[in-house]
Order: sequence, then C-alpha cells, then structure tokens
Amino acid sequence: MKFKVNGHEVFASTGGRPFDKKKPLIIFVHGSGLTHMTWVLQTRYFAFHGYNSLAVDLPGHGLSSGKSLKSIEEMADWVSEVIDAVGHKKASLVGHSQGCLVTVECTSRYPNKIKTLSLMGGAGAIPMNPELLSLAENNDPKAVDLMMDWAHGPAGHFGGHPVPGLYHINTGTMLAKSRTIQNTLGVDFRACDNYKNGFEAAKKIKCPTLSILATDDKMCPVKEGKKLAALIDGSQVDIIDNCGHMMLLEEADRVLTVLKKFITTNYPPLSS
Amino acid sequence: MSDKKKELKPNTYKFDTLSLHAGYQPHKNAGSRQVPIYQTTSYLFDDVDHAAALFNLERGGHIYSRISNPTVGVLEERVASLEGGTAALATSSGMSAIFLTVMTLCEAGDHLVVSSQLYGGTVNLFRLTLPKFGIKCTFVKPRDTEGFKKAIQKNTKGIFGELVGNPGNEIMNMPEIAKIAHDAGIPLMVDATYQTPYLCKPFEHGADIVIHSLTKWMAGHGSSMAGILVEGGKFDWMQNDKFPTMIKPYEGYHGLSFAEEFGPTAFTMKARAEGMRDFGPCLSPQNAWNVLQGIETLSVRMKKHCSNAEEMVKYLSNHESVAWVSHPSAPNHPDAELANKLLPNGKGSMIAFGIKGGKDAGVAFINNVKLASHLANVGDTRTLVIHPASGTHSQMDEATLKFAGLSHDMIRLSVGIEDIDDIKNDFEIGFRAARKPRLVSNQ
Repeated sequence: MKFKVNGHEVFASTGGRPFDKKKPLIIFVHGSGLTHMTWVLQTRYFAFHGYNSLAVDLPGHGLSSGKSLKSIEEMADWVSEVIDAVGHKKASLVGHSQGCLVTVECTSRYPNKIKTLSLMGGAGAIPMNPELLSLAENNDPKAVDLMMDWAHGPAGHFGGHPVPGLYHINTGTMLAKSRTIQNTLGVDFRACDNYKNGFEAAKKIKCPTLSILATDDKMCPVKEGKKLAALIDGSQVDIIDNCGHMMLLEEADRVLTVLKKFITTNYPPLSS
Repeated sequence: MSDKKKELKPNTYKFDTLSLHAGYQPHKNAGSRQVPIYQTTSYLFDDVDHAAALFNLERGGHIYSRISNPTVGVLEERVASLEGGTAALATSSGMSAIFLTVMTLCEAGDHLVVSSQLYGGTVNLFRLTLPKFGIKCTFVKPRDTEGFKKAIQKNTKGIFGELVGNPGNEIMNMPEIAKIAHDAGIPLMVDATYQTPYLCKPFEHGADIVIHSLTKWMAGHGSSMAGILVEGGKFDWMQNDKFPTMIKPYEGYHGLSFAEEFGPTAFTMKARAEGMRDFGPCLSPQNAWNVLQGIETLSVRMKKHCSNAEEMVKYLSNHESVAWVSHPSAPNHPDAELANKLLPNGKGSMIAFGIKGGKDAGVAFINNVKLASHLANVGDTRTLVIHPASGTHSQMDEATLKFAGLSHDMIRLSVGIEDIDDIKNDFEIGFRAARKPRLVSNQ
C-alpha cells in the first residue's frame, strides 16, 4: 500500500492482505540498503493471521519516494509518523540490523506507542568498516558484494533458501543494487556509523523485547546482541546456530516460529 | 613489518566451487555428502496452519513435487548461482522451460520479437504453436540488430534469441539487443544452452531471463532430459503497464502481487506458482540428480570440449572435402570480434560445416563415420553429427530453411571430449566415403 509521510509517498507491503484498521499493527523495518522484500517470509504469515503487517521501504529505498534519511534518530521519528499516518495509535516493531537501531531508538522515544519490540541481528552500535563505508559512499558495487559476503553465514554462502529455487546472495545483491548505492547503502552506513545512542536508548525500553541472534553473524556478533539485550528489562534472547546476519532469510522458518510465539503472546491478533 | 593495508575482497565462492556445492547444505540432510534423491510426490504438513501457510506462500517449503522438490531445488539454486541469477525453475526439458517462460510473460494478444536462427523445435513453437494461444511472433535475423528494434510493436512483451544460433553459429549482439529491449521496457530472454555459464553469463551482458536445455552440456553425458529458466533480477516489472499479471493482485494466490512481494525473483515465483501448478512440466528428482553430477565437472568438460572444437575447426578448414566451416573461433567468422567479447573462456563445441558434394556427400559422411554418433542431440561428452536439413530441421519447408540460414550441404557437429586424433581419424573415414558416395553406401 502507499501513503504519505512528510509529503513523501511511502510504500509498504501489507503481506498480500488489505489493510484493516481494526487489526493490530506490526511494522517491519529493513536493514541498510535493503527493502521490504527481505521480510517476505515473515510478513505474509502475520498478514494472514489477524494482523496488519506493514513492511515499509524507508524513504529513498525500494518503492518509497524521497531522499534517504541521514540519521537513525530521523528514521526513528519517521517510523512513529508511519504509525500515525496509517491511523493507528500503537504498533509492534520488528527490526533487522540497521532496523534494530531504528526500532530501539523509536521505542525509547515513543514508549507509549510501541507494544513489543523484536530485534534480529541487532546491536547497540554498528560501527562501519571505514573502507566499506567509503566504497558505499562512492557508489562502488563492491560495497554490496562485501556486505552480502559478510551478511551470510557459511551455510548461507552455499544457498539452501527456504523458498525453492531462490539463491540468497544474488537476490540480496539485486535488492541492494536496485537503487543508487551511494544514496541508499552509503547514507545508511553513515547513519549507522554516526549513531551512538543505542545503549542509552535500550535502558529506557520497558515493553516486551525479543532479540534473535545468530552464531555466525559477522556484522552484529552474538556478544554485541547480548550486550544490548542485557540492558533491556526482561528481554528474551534466541540464538540460532549455523546461521549468519540474514537470519530472516537463512533461517526464515525458525525466525517466524520464534517471532510468532513472541508477538502473539504479547500483542494478540484480532481473532477472526 | 609492512604497514600496507590489505584490500577488502568479497570471499564468496567462485565458479568451480559453486558447481560442486551451491544449493546444498549437508547438515540439513542427515549429513549426506551427496545430494539425496528425494523420490517422493509429497511432503508432510506439521499441522493445518502449516499446510495453509505453504499453499499461501507465507513460508518456504515443499508441498507436491510437481511444484517443487528438494533435489530439484538444489539444481535450481546451483544453476542460479552459476549464472549470477536470483532464482531458477527447473523443468522436464529445455522446450518446456521456453514454453513456461513465454506463458509466464505473455497472454493472448501479445507479441514477441524472435531471432530466426533457433533450434528447429523452438522455431516451430514460436511460428506454429504459440499463435494457437494468441501469441504472435516476428522473426528477425540474429545479426540484424536494427531489425529487432523495428520489429517491436505496442503489444511486444519481450525479445527472444539463442546467443549463438543453431545451427549456423550466427551470434546475436546481446548487449545491443538488450539495450533495444530495455529502451522499449521489455525483457531480453536468451537461450544459452550452447554456452553454459562457464562460457558466458548472459546477465552480465544485459539478458533478463536465461534458458537452458540442461540435457546438453550442463548434464553433459547424454543421459537425462532437463531444462531451466533463470532470472537475472534486474528487470523492473513495475516500470510500465505492459506486465499486469506481474503487478496486479493475482486471484490464484489471494491477491498476491508477484512484483511487489518478490521483486528480483518475481518472474520465477510466478512461473512456479502459476506455470508449474497449471501446466506441470516438472523435472524428476532422478534426472535432477543426474544433471547435478554433470554440473560438478562442467568447467573441466567445457575446457576439453572447446579445445577439441578449436582443433577440429583447424582440421576442417584445411580439409579438401570441406567447402566451408563456421565456428566462432574461426578468424574468418563474421562475428569473431563479438565472440571474443562475449565468450572469453571458449567459443563452444558446436561446428557447422559444408561438405563438398552437397546433400549426397553429407548423407554418405553421416552414414559412414563410426566413432561420431548420428543422433538428434548436442552437448554429449561423445562427438555427435547430424545433417540438419534431413534431421533436426526436417519439418521446415524450403523457404523457412533458407531463412533459418540452413543449406543442404551443412553438417552439424557437436565435438565431444574423446582423444582429438580419434575424432579426426573417424572423420577421414566419413570424408573418404563422401568422395565416393555410391560405392560405399550402407546398403
């Protein structure tokens, strides 16, 4: 569906179901340089099971218009505005990678709006490798290739996509290259590198929180994810073996099972 | 100690490694080092909710082997990885891969621009069968790049061609024709069976969909039929209103928009969800496994195929019984420059040559070679020969034969990986017979 935030058109996948204001809202926030499509193996399930599932394309990404937002704080405010724009008062947030920084910051800023927080491959800070940052800011496609290499675990490098016939690394590469690299990945990486408030923001979070981490995550290692989770009261942690940073695709079923239990328990669906 | 900074390099697996490993994770298959053959029609659901989720594309997995199968899935991922594609869908043959591609792209009333130099079966599909479904085609000679542009109509939904035409070895200028297609907002579909991804990756030159008859060099051993379509993932289906079935909510899957939900893999998802469900040209797991065995040695075999082919080009070019030789490695080939650009790892192992003495000499040659096999296939490890005018293209009339660039003296040679001296010696027997066709007839 399309709607406007700050005068710019926003695209969000509703998981194949029409948006229904009566149903509780879940917002999925993608990682650096990516789009709503990374969530396809989670969003459709929730959309067909009593929720409004909204996988947004951040401004300037995927099918959304406008320019990429330059800071995690701006993105956090933007997510709050998305909740308003679709006519809801509250939402559950699900973030991946950079999307974790955004949703942590958003939850700390707008505690009354956020029902639950789910973090996948999250950390309190994501400092960027200077060379990778420079490549992305200079529009070098090698930045995408490096990201795809580091983002997939050893098993993911071989493939084994849960959807028959799809090949992980090349699909991710095409998503990240679907718009100008420096305007999406370059801006996002800089925003991640600049963001220093993650640990402080985490301390303010009081809603039920889940962290899904992966043993072979090179981009946000388990120890960093645990450090963040330890600062959030009552945070649950689930660790997936033999999986990399792209756990939402590499181990989509496991992620969905854990997420389903967590969200339905803490923010029940509209029963049909 | 050096303070030179180490340059960052992606450590993703390279071609030869992917040929052996891509698409398969042993730890999820009882530790089986070899890809298991999942000889089953169907798959248990955990519960009703799980069944509904699978049918509704809410989660990945297998339902029924007409739609997908774990062994076939490994093959699909492996070929996608080798081509640099986002996704692939394997089929029971190369022809069914082409048919499924067209039926995923087009509806009645649509039009395609098609290279005229194609495998005879493909010509008949585009010329005679697709019009029965309301899909019309305009044929253009592969070297007539401007002709492709001129043939595009308002209802044209794509351009289709073989990179190196069958059997005349004319090369389509893929980068230029891709630009023509993209300027018109339509995809370029390329049958790259002759090349395999070892010789050419068409996505790097602008193609959007790549099709293979896996039966040929990919499987390589003449044992199993299989085909595949591979998606490049770059084509934007939402850029215009030409592809409503890719964009608009699809009734068959609760209003799913393939382009919105699956983006770079939308075409393959639609081909599987709709095409395999409704037409059902599925690949058997046993054949998928056989093809996987072939792909494990693809680069090793292709090197030998190509080196033998280049030797044969030299041999034939200097032979008194040969009127002409066509192969992209020949310096006098009209597309030699383009071939060097598109096929840097080798020019393939398909040679067309004209035998002096015309049709009778051709028949005598074919009937008398002993090592080379006379049959309707290409890309076997063994050397194969055929006389197209009386074989693969025999269903064409005189005018169509001429338009397809065929002549009665043409012999099509698929060079195998036998010892090169043995192939040459065998051809000497054939040529001797061809020079005296009446005396050494088989009868």
